[in-house]
Amino acid sequence: MTDRTLKDRAAIVGVGATPYYRRGRSLPQTPLDLAIKATLAALDDAGLGADDVDGFALYGGAFVDTSLLAQILGIPEVRFTAGLTGGGGGSAGSIGLAAAAVATGMADVVVSVLTLQQAHMRFGASFAPRSKGGAGAYSAPSTPESVFASNSGLMAPGQMFAMLVQRHMHLYGTTRDHLAEVAISTRNNAITRETSLMRDPLTREQYFDARMISEPFGLYDYCMECDGAVAVITTTPERAKDLRHPPVQVMGSAAGGAGRWGQAITWMGMPDEYFTSSGHRPIAKRVYEMAGVGPADVDVALFYDHFTGMVLLQLEDYGFCGIGESGPFVAEGNIRWPEGTLPVNTHGGNLSEAYIIGMTHVKEAVEQLRGTAVNQVPDADIALVTGGPASIPVSALLLHR
Amino acid sequence: MVTRVGVLPSEFVSFVANPATEPFWTAAAEHRLVLPRCTNCDTFRFPPAAFCWVCRRQDVEWVEHDGNGELYSFTVLRHAVIPGLAEALPIVIGVVELPDTNGCRLIGDILGCPPEVVEIGMPVALEWYDVDDGSVPCFRPRA
Repeated sequence: MTDRTLKDRAAIVGVGATPYYRRGRSLPQTPLDLAIKATLAALDDAGLGADDVDGFALYGGAFVDTSLLAQILGIPEVRFTAGLTGGGGGSAGSIGLAAAAVATGMADVVVSVLTLQQAHMRFGASFAPRSKGGAGAYSAPSTPESVFASNSGLMAPGQMFAMLVQRHMHLYGTTRDHLAEVAISTRNNAITRETSLMRDPLTREQYFDARMISEPFGLYDYCMECDGAVAVITTTPERAKDLRHPPVQVMGSAAGGAGRWGQAITWMGMPDEYFTSSGHRPIAKRVYEMAGVGPADVDVALFYDHFTGMVLLQLEDYGFCGIGESGPFVAEGNIRWPEGTLPVNTHGGNLSEAYIIGMTHVKEAVEQLRGTAVNQVPDADIALVTGGPASIPVSALLLHR
Repeated sequence: MVTRVGVLPSEFVSFVANPATEPFWTAAAEHRLVLPRCTNCDTFRFPPAAFCWVCRRQDVEWVEHDGNGELYSFTVLRHAVIPGLAEALPIVIGVVELPDTNGCRLIGDILGCPPEVVEIGMPVALEWYDVDDGSVPCFRPRA
């Protein structure tokens, strides 16, 4: 066995979250307040305290900086702090980053936290120039590269991902019925959970009657706009042994992507062979190799679901069905909990529980492997978590109990 | 400012450029489509970049293209994500692949065609949309 692996060299021992809120409803708390509440909850879940923390592994959308977190929490000494570049693509990978710090001895107890407050910042127009009314995470003055897209009106993530899914429909016969299956099965999982913001059933009629936003995506193909924070605590396998819960072991993690995937949705020049993908194929290959498992071994999958169609493309890229076959795969009921062959987003996902930029997916994977999930997959041993299909990096995490 | 249905209102258009992209917009203002090609390995690069992504050299020549292409994908904007778009909706935004350019794709509004009949693979022709200080590529269905 090579030393150059994360397999079984780090474990998740704590998860915590604030309540989830509709956009802006978390006021007058600040994003930092939310981050600290989630971090303290995760430490408590682990049976650890702030004095035990010596590392931070974040990702681009964290909206909080280690310096202020450490100062306010009174962390004795920060020995590791890093963040993945990019945005929501790094959610799962931030745990890989924490695991790398732990496995190499750079830190012992690492916090990964994501806090989000959309009161003054709406992701729905993320790439619109701020001077023209844009108020998203990436809204900024136009750049020499961005104007080649924005001069057409292409300025929102939903519009951009719609391009990928529209072509998938053209090539493979994927339909809005297939998108609806993702929306409805995810909603069904959210209904049973007290933490979910969407607890009413979603019917096919409601799905198809809802307003179109950017074809082929209508209202229910979009995730929600939310506030909240989720934190995850990663430590060494030795330290993990005598904490509050059975440890959840890291089997593998990867973050990155093919170079010519590049800026992906904001340039649309990705090579034809993987234009209609989630950008995750290289990541899938590496995370499976590191873990020594394949798709048939995965008991539950937590796919970053900012848009229904991107769940379909991830099912293909992670090998749960062939390329182009995700529509029929979901139509057969495969992703439903509890009866499907691969229950997906058993927590209700970004679409129906809450959109905390992918960190709720990590929390759900941990609860599934502890056997404490609300919608428990019986005897779940291995869970896959992905970061958002996005520009480089996209990321993945495989966990086992 | 005039708002036309089906095309991005001009107030949202920007010609921010750097030395690598500026020749594109200068030619566009003269209604000429030019694309940068590496003089060392003949690879097109788009959006224009200072380096060739195959041989990593900076040598470049600007090659004229007639702008006839095929619709590679599209979306129909039905919802105004920011204020000021509503009166222009619906807007059909297309990704258009240009032949003989090793897969260069332009992004532009698809004009002169109801959203319901737009389909991937349809031939399109370049059309220039003039705004105050330059021109933006758009497309129309081509016979």
